Amino acid sequence: MSDHEYTPKSKVGKWFNDRLPLLTLANHLTDYPTPKNLNYWWTFGGILTFCLITQIITGIVLGMHYVAHADLAFQSVEHIMRDVNYGWLIRYVHANGASMFFLAVYIHIFRSLYYGSYKSPREVIWIIGMLIYFLMMATAFMGYVLPWGQMSFWGATVITNLFSAIPLVGESITNWLWGGYSVDNPTLTRFFSLHYLFPFLILGLVVLHIWALHVPGNNNPIGIDIKKPSKDTVPFHPYIVIKDAFALLIFLLIFAFFVFFSPNILGHADNYIEANPLVTPAHIVPEWYLLPFYAILRSVPDKLLGVIAMFAAIFVLVILPWLDTSKVRSTVFRPIYKQFYWFLVADVLILGYVGAMPAEGLYLLIARVATAYYFAHFLIILPFLGLKEKTTPLPLSITEPVLGGSADMAMARNNSDFKEKL
Amino acid sequence: MSDSEKKKPNRRDFIVTATTAAGAVGVGAVVWPLVDQMNPDASVKALASTEVDISAVEPGQSITVLWRGKPVFIKRRTQDEIDSARAVDLSELKHPEKDEDRAKNPEWLVMLGVCTHLGCVPLNDKGDYGAWFCPCHGSHYDTSGRIRKGPAPTNMEIPKYEFVNSNTIKIG
Repeated sequence: MSDHEYTPKSKVGKWFNDRLPLLTLANHLTDYPTPKNLNYWWTFGGILTFCLITQIITGIVLGMHYVAHADLAFQSVEHIMRDVNYGWLIRYVHANGASMFFLAVYIHIFRSLYYGSYKSPREVIWIIGMLIYFLMMATAFMGYVLPWGQMSFWGATVITNLFSAIPLVGESITNWLWGGYSVDNPTLTRFFSLHYLFPFLILGLVVLHIWALHVPGNNNPIGIDIKKPSKDTVPFHPYIVIKDAFALLIFLLIFAFFVFFSPNILGHADNYIEANPLVTPAHIVPEWYLLPFYAILRSVPDKLLGVIAMFAAIFVLVILPWLDTSKVRSTVFRPIYKQFYWFLVADVLILGYVGAMPAEGLYLLIARVATAYYFAHFLIILPFLGLKEKTTPLPLSITEPVLGGSADMAMARNNSDFKEKL
Repeated sequence: MSDSEKKKPNRRDFIVTATTAAGAVGVGAVVWPLVDQMNPDASVKALASTEVDISAVEPGQSITVLWRGKPVFIKRRTQDEIDSARAVDLSELKHPEKDEDRAKNPEWLVMLGVCTHLGCVPLNDKGDYGAWFCPCHGSHYDTSGRIRKGPAPTNMEIPKYEFVNSNTIKIG
């Protein structure tokens, strides 16, 4: 929170602000001191907010035309595509918007992993972020069920059957989730209700996420604590606003490419066949953004353990701030972790790839190795590496390497001219 | 800074204006589909006209058909009803319209069965004029569907229609 007191200039503004300090909040948000070395990886927070708002607006519009009933849902989606004015556009924005949302959230999460943004004092921001991510997956999954195509139906069947792995009460829980003895109309209507609700829960968590961010302030690419406000910071408006807006425009170009030129490339053709409880599609896969977890699920030969492994893969991220023992935040100063970071990126991409392939032969072997490595990264490598790794020296401030006239921090620190300036 | 310097636009002013203009067009292009999606869609427009078979309607009888979700009264009037509608002096009317203009074929009155007050459906063969009476707020219509007494501001609306042949009317 900004330290200085804010008083509105106008009398009306002061009157209002004394009763509801919205203007103080607006002033805090515009003046909010931001590290001046934030790079473009930091623009994804704004992009994600945009994605959430886009999904909510297009979703509300689709809800005006969609019919949540097992007999009518599929037809109503075709009605949106063919009859509703610009319905095709709004649905394609919503469907591809989900993919763009996940693309942005994965970049946002890996930004945090690279620059150590999850570490003290930002653990709560990270945990709220993980809750948002989990709710996003639940929302996306339920949204994918709504068109009531073959992939919708069988995706819903497979995912809800995960809960049947729970000993003793598994069957009761799945029947409770379905509202029957299989995925059917009661399942569809409750999924529609929750799919409408969850984005607003996410919105609330986003407010908390940003609030928690504004207490310690942004992390930055070199990961050091900075004084705020100082020469190391710039006000959020206009500097970060313009940078975020520019990044958003580039992001929108990619978004628009998918919407207008290949709107179905990220989906499955089988979902344009109406749900049929008697026939499962030959090759059933979730949406691309869930594939790594799907690969982990399938790589474990036991039903219950597979489900546990899949949820553990998410939970291990939640406790990450306490698994990473290194005091140094930014990977820039961690030469060994930097290599393991890229191994993890590759590992997750491999998991995603084998998740889309049939679970047999070489693919299954690769999935098992990649799953083992995924857990090893968080449970073995991170705790030990933090204790053993020799990190390179941290600069004292963001401006230090610049004022010292060299990118080499050690040289800069030994520079006597620079010491005098300090 | 002098006044003349202040007014002279520079390159930054040009960029700001051009960006704002392009942004306004972009926002408009995004907002319009979100607004237009609430307008009647193609499936609704496809039902915009209805054909009605009137061969079974006897003189004095009235049928009601649904067109665009609203009732349309098709009344085959008796000679008495036609005469009483045409005998009315226009100066007596709240919304002066000649019966000749409302019913091109005097035997057939085709009229939107919606009270012009607040949208209720008037009852047939009721009211002070032996024609239509709206039970909601007491508007009385004559045999030409014109408002004679009560709160309704105008006569009941005549939709666009045509006789496809002597037994079929196409509304819309």
